[in-house]
Amino acid sequence: MKTRNWKGGSLGLMAALSCYIVLGSATPAAAMHIAEGFLPVEWAGFWWAVSLPFFVLGLRSLIRITNRHPELKLLLALSGAFTFVLSALKIPSVTGSCSHPTGTGLGAILFGPSVMTVLGGLVLLFQAVLLAHGGLTTLGANLFSMAIAGPFVAYFTYQLLLKTGRQRLAIFAAAALADLLTYVVTSFQLALAFPAASGGIMASFLKFAGIFALTQVPLAITEGLLTVLVWNWLQSYGQPELETLKLLRQES
Amino acid sequence: MSKPPKVLMPTPATSQQSNPQHNWLLAIAVIALAIFPLAFVRGSYNGADGQAQDAITNLQPGYQPWASHLFKPASKEIESLLFASQAALGAGVIGYVIGLYKGRSQQVNQQQATQPPSSSDRSPK
Repeated sequence: MKTRNWKGGSLGLMAALSCYIVLGSATPAAAMHIAEGFLPVEWAGFWWAVSLPFFVLGLRSLIRITNRHPELKLLLALSGAFTFVLSALKIPSVTGSCSHPTGTGLGAILFGPSVMTVLGGLVLLFQAVLLAHGGLTTLGANLFSMAIAGPFVAYFTYQLLLKTGRQRLAIFAAAALADLLTYVVTSFQLALAFPAASGGIMASFLKFAGIFALTQVPLAITEGLLTVLVWNWLQSYGQPELETLKLLRQES
Repeated sequence: MSKPPKVLMPTPATSQQSNPQHNWLLAIAVIALAIFPLAFVRGSYNGADGQAQDAITNLQPGYQPWASHLFKPASKEIESLLFASQAALGAGVIGYVIGLYKGRSQQVNQQQATQPPSSSDRSPK
């Protein structure tokens, strides 16, 4: 049953991919989280199992921070709210479709990546339950891409680029990369679950990346810029909190 | 809200002092990035979860989603209401926090301006 469409399918796939990359074609794409029920049971379970330990770690870190520095709660709320806003904004992209940023970079830079696992998880849960966007069965996978992989990339990119001394650039790059990588990971997750009949995981990955990651490029830039904007505000008005965060980093 | 025992003076960030004009530039760049595709790329711009799901059914023709949403917004209007609420809620919190911080730092600045500079050293109460 599958073998019949092998050649035609893969040819079509390659053609579609070329179209995407060469023309930035005007095909509608939904560059968003993996929809409810659209991961096979074993993969859905696998990603749940991978994500849960991170979530528990994040919860512990969150509790530790709020116990030690209750005055940081407002800044935590700000980080959560930033993801909340950004993941609600579906922005048009050069591929002729819409997608939304993730907003996890800011919190990861401020509080460390594992805190964002919890805050991002809340956003994903809200969208899965109330907005029929994403899903509960795929929450583990979406949690991994948006609230684990993204924040960790943001955190390490920031730490790495901070050494160059250009802080704003480090923030911009961290937020933008986290955004982009979230959707690269999503593509990879789908490719693992649905390898192409010919070409396997790689061909499948390219197809999904064409849908997800390409749309995300301008949005990643948008997210980087917005993160720098909020950072500028914090720099001007939130110095005491930024100092406390420095102390926090020295403690841990 | 309990304050930390030691008062951290806002350090005047020397090289990192943010310029309000930069913020406007950032906002304009964000808007331009959103308008550019609309102006130059023709597309349907629907964010329906279609394409990735189509790709899945292409790759594995027999695949049936094995779960469905417990709750679905009754219509596009309700859905956009919920998305707008999400954004409004988040933006409200951001505005509140930044506004609070701004008011607080202005207060600190005023206090510093009225106090004689000699007493601004760290003095235990």
